[in-house]
Amino acid sequence: MSILEIKNVSKRFGGLKALDDVNISVKENTVHAIIGPNGAGKSTLLNVLVGKLIPDEGSVEFDGNSLIGRKPHEINQMGVSRVFQTPEIFGDMTVYENILIPLFAKRDGAFRLHCIEHVEDEKDIVEKAKKMLQDVNMYEKLGMRAASLSRGDKRRLEMAMCLSQEPRLLLLDEPTAGMARADTNNTIDLLREIRETRDITLAIIEHDMHVVFSLAEHVTVMARGTPLVDDKPENIKGHPKVQEAYLGGHKEG
Amino acid sequence: MDAILLQILNGLDKGSAYALIALGLTLIFGTLGVVNFAHGALFMVGAFCAVTFQRILNISFQTIDPTKKDFLGNPLKVDTTYIESWLGPNLGSGILDWAVPISILFAIPVMILIGYVMERGLIKHFYRRPHADQILVTFGLAIVLQEIIKFFYGANPIPTPAPEMFAGSFDFGAAVGLAEDTIIYPYWRLVYFLFSMGIIAAVFSFLQFTTFGMVVRAGMADRETVGLLGINIDRRFTIMFAIAAVVAGLAGLMYTPINAPNYHMGMDFLVLSFVVVVVGGMGSLSGAVLAGFLLGILESFASMKEVIAILPGINQIIIYLVAIIILLTRPRGLMGRKGVMED
Amino acid sequence: MLGLSKSDIRIFLLVVVLTIFAPFILNPFPEASGLAQFNAGYPDLMQRFVIFGIFAIGFNILFGLTGYLSFGHAAFLGVGSYAAIWMMKLLTMNVIPGIIMSVLIAGIFAVAVGYISLKRTGIYFSILTLAFAQMSFALAYSVLTPITGGETGLQPKISDPRMLDAALASGEAPRANLFGLEMGTSYELALSGWVFTFNVGYYVAAIVMIIALYIAIRIFRSPFGVMLRAVKSNQQRMRYTGLNPKPYTLAAFVISGMYAGLAGGLMVAMDTQVGPERMFWTASGEVVLMTILGGTGTIVGPILGAGLIKYMENILSKINADILYEWFAMLPDSIADILVFVIYPFIGKGWHLTLGIIFMCVVIFLPGGLVEGGQRIGNMFGRKKKTEGEKSSQPAE
Repeated sequence: MSILEIKNVSKRFGGLKALDDVNISVKENTVHAIIGPNGAGKSTLLNVLVGKLIPDEGSVEFDGNSLIGRKPHEINQMGVSRVFQTPEIFGDMTVYENILIPLFAKRDGAFRLHCIEHVEDEKDIVEKAKKMLQDVNMYEKLGMRAASLSRGDKRRLEMAMCLSQEPRLLLLDEPTAGMARADTNNTIDLLREIRETRDITLAIIEHDMHVVFSLAEHVTVMARGTPLVDDKPENIKGHPKVQEAYLGGHKEG
Repeated sequence: MDAILLQILNGLDKGSAYALIALGLTLIFGTLGVVNFAHGALFMVGAFCAVTFQRILNISFQTIDPTKKDFLGNPLKVDTTYIESWLGPNLGSGILDWAVPISILFAIPVMILIGYVMERGLIKHFYRRPHADQILVTFGLAIVLQEIIKFFYGANPIPTPAPEMFAGSFDFGAAVGLAEDTIIYPYWRLVYFLFSMGIIAAVFSFLQFTTFGMVVRAGMADRETVGLLGINIDRRFTIMFAIAAVVAGLAGLMYTPINAPNYHMGMDFLVLSFVVVVVGGMGSLSGAVLAGFLLGILESFASMKEVIAILPGINQIIIYLVAIIILLTRPRGLMGRKGVMED
Repeated sequence: MLGLSKSDIRIFLLVVVLTIFAPFILNPFPEASGLAQFNAGYPDLMQRFVIFGIFAIGFNILFGLTGYLSFGHAAFLGVGSYAAIWMMKLLTMNVIPGIIMSVLIAGIFAVAVGYISLKRTGIYFSILTLAFAQMSFALAYSVLTPITGGETGLQPKISDPRMLDAALASGEAPRANLFGLEMGTSYELALSGWVFTFNVGYYVAAIVMIIALYIAIRIFRSPFGVMLRAVKSNQQRMRYTGLNPKPYTLAAFVISGMYAGLAGGLMVAMDTQVGPERMFWTASGEVVLMTILGGTGTIVGPILGAGLIKYMENILSKINADILYEWFAMLPDSIADILVFVIYPFIGKGWHLTLGIIFMCVVIFLPGGLVEGGQRIGNMFGRKKKTEGEKSSQPAE
């Protein structure tokens, strides 16, 4: 059963066709990688999925509900979380508060004038937050300013913030960009563990083939705004169209 | 027709002042990335350069003129300024009469010095701090500057007349071929408008046609890249700050015959000039100038009796109303660039 | 206790005690001594302390938590004042309806202004709020004269309807009261050279401030308060965490507008008059100064800042050259002359200069305001405990 159905999606910027009739179907509880050279339209596609951009044509359905025209926070409330290329966290707040915020969002919705209760009296949230911090081995850093964390810790914190909302679909934008090989492998292990222990679908946009082939159960290769191949990773490796896309006439960095 | 022309003319002097202050604000914001709330104070300091210069010229000594008697029959004490006694009564009194325009020569070095000290001493340390901090520290500086002026010059406006030659009005209507006595316009306002146009033209051609200006414009567009080219952009920005200070200072100086300077004139103009900058589009030089004149003229139209009869009080709020409408419909102002101050 | 953490309750009780005993604490010098002019324990000034304290506490909920710098908050203060004075004119000289109405009307006005201004961020937001406030000022000054009394403003008149009040005896002026207890009533306590004044109006305003402070602490420590700081920290992450920053910011704006309205209503309750200058942009600037001076985003900072500025405005401004000479009387004349020459620009009418310099120093060296200064001094003396538990609400640089 597919959780995300992208059908005939197109998006233009002026004369440039960033997305051209994209059709992708992501199956529930799998790891789906979307790869392609720079300028293939991966980021545009991601921005369409999270509600930052509205496509000119086509439909996007998450679990049978259309996502078109919904705001980012509404899409998140439906169960779609997003991890950014450079971790987006609440830098001048503590690690603990960083975890509290998504938990409150999950429980109370997009807005609640919740202004008299003391945070510490929200026992259910507080317990969950502490448990989540223990799970990602960050409990001892609970009182630290998030901006002062190391890069790897920021990534783990952001991941923990997303997972604490128990999303059904987690979108990851180049989660290993700029990482050393050892960190990349740690991230792969982390993602694999997430996938195996939870009821969750991962959609990964990635450059790094090593990451793609160690994780993905399904791969979509994009080039010039359109999906070229949609197949299992083992069938992708030697595919002529893929080689053409990466090595052929339109190599763009 | 002449009523419309008259309102346009009436709006020109205020519009010129707005445009000049807004131009300087935009230069500073565009180059240094600093929101300068002390810019109105620079306008005010410029005005007081004229006052100071006039006072210096008027330093005089007393002599007793034995040929004349006062009404009590005592010999009359006559005040003679040094300038008259040195240069002779004709040239001396001529210079006294022309004190305001001549004080430009005095004001330029003063404003350059103040601008330089401000930038090196204070603003420099705020490049990397958030805009709110920049607003706050320059707001504090504006208070300090205006209080210093108040301490030395008192709280009352100080009349500073224009040269005799430009003191009166002339029949603008007759000059452009309309009926006589329909448009009477004071000479000095025309002088002020022409002067501002001159300054604006000078600033634009400086930026457009000199290498220095080219680098500054490049720096306004993309500071980091220019820095990477090995060009010392910071020193040029210091100079730009001094230029902006001079522009504001001269704008204030030449404004003194239109409106007697007082210590809070800077703040009065600053609030409106900020509105002008935002309407013109933060970071756009031509937008600042355009919006300055536009709002000055709009304000003058809104003060027409006929308009007030229909919309009472509109003259008081027109600028703010326009600002709100523009900000909501054209979020980046008339000519603003994308991504400026939108953090 | 009271649903607050230990450190919060400590600081809250400290403020309560200081407020209750303010008539003593602010009058440390005997009446006859030369230092008596530094006494601030007279009703008019003490009322200002607490009323501007409320104004700054409210402003801090917006600026300190969300980082949105409003340059037009005096408009809400003014609107609150006008609402209160009309309640006095139409209904009763009892201050309660006036105060309630001032909060409500200011809140409604803040919804309208905030809804539009919050469409933009950064300096654009500041300019929009400034534009709205200046418009309100100009309108109150001119067109709205039938409602605002124009330049002269409004006072209760003997001929006002006051539908709920009994008719005044002849020759009696309408006075603001709380169920018959007049705001202007004072009790004086003379104790061997000291004179302490206890004023009804002050205590009414002080109780309101304590309640307002209590609510503010609750807001700071609530999930809502956490969300407001998230607005300041990273709106992008907020949206992708399923939260809508707009209503949060608007709610903060309206709450702080209501605080400003409350302060305006109390002002009218104390001095039963209002004029449009209360809404001028310098008044908006003043509350910014107070909050930053005291410590943005801290709990007691705004009250401290409000107190300091009002103290300077009322006490420092009264010192003149003669008083200075009196102090330096024991010094040789020439030294006294030099000292007076140096100090004179900073006192009396020049107190704004002192304020400007202090403010600049705070922004440059102490971004956390007086509260941060206090903490640094505290740490210097080796007090290891995190002072007043406000570490988590430090403003971000």
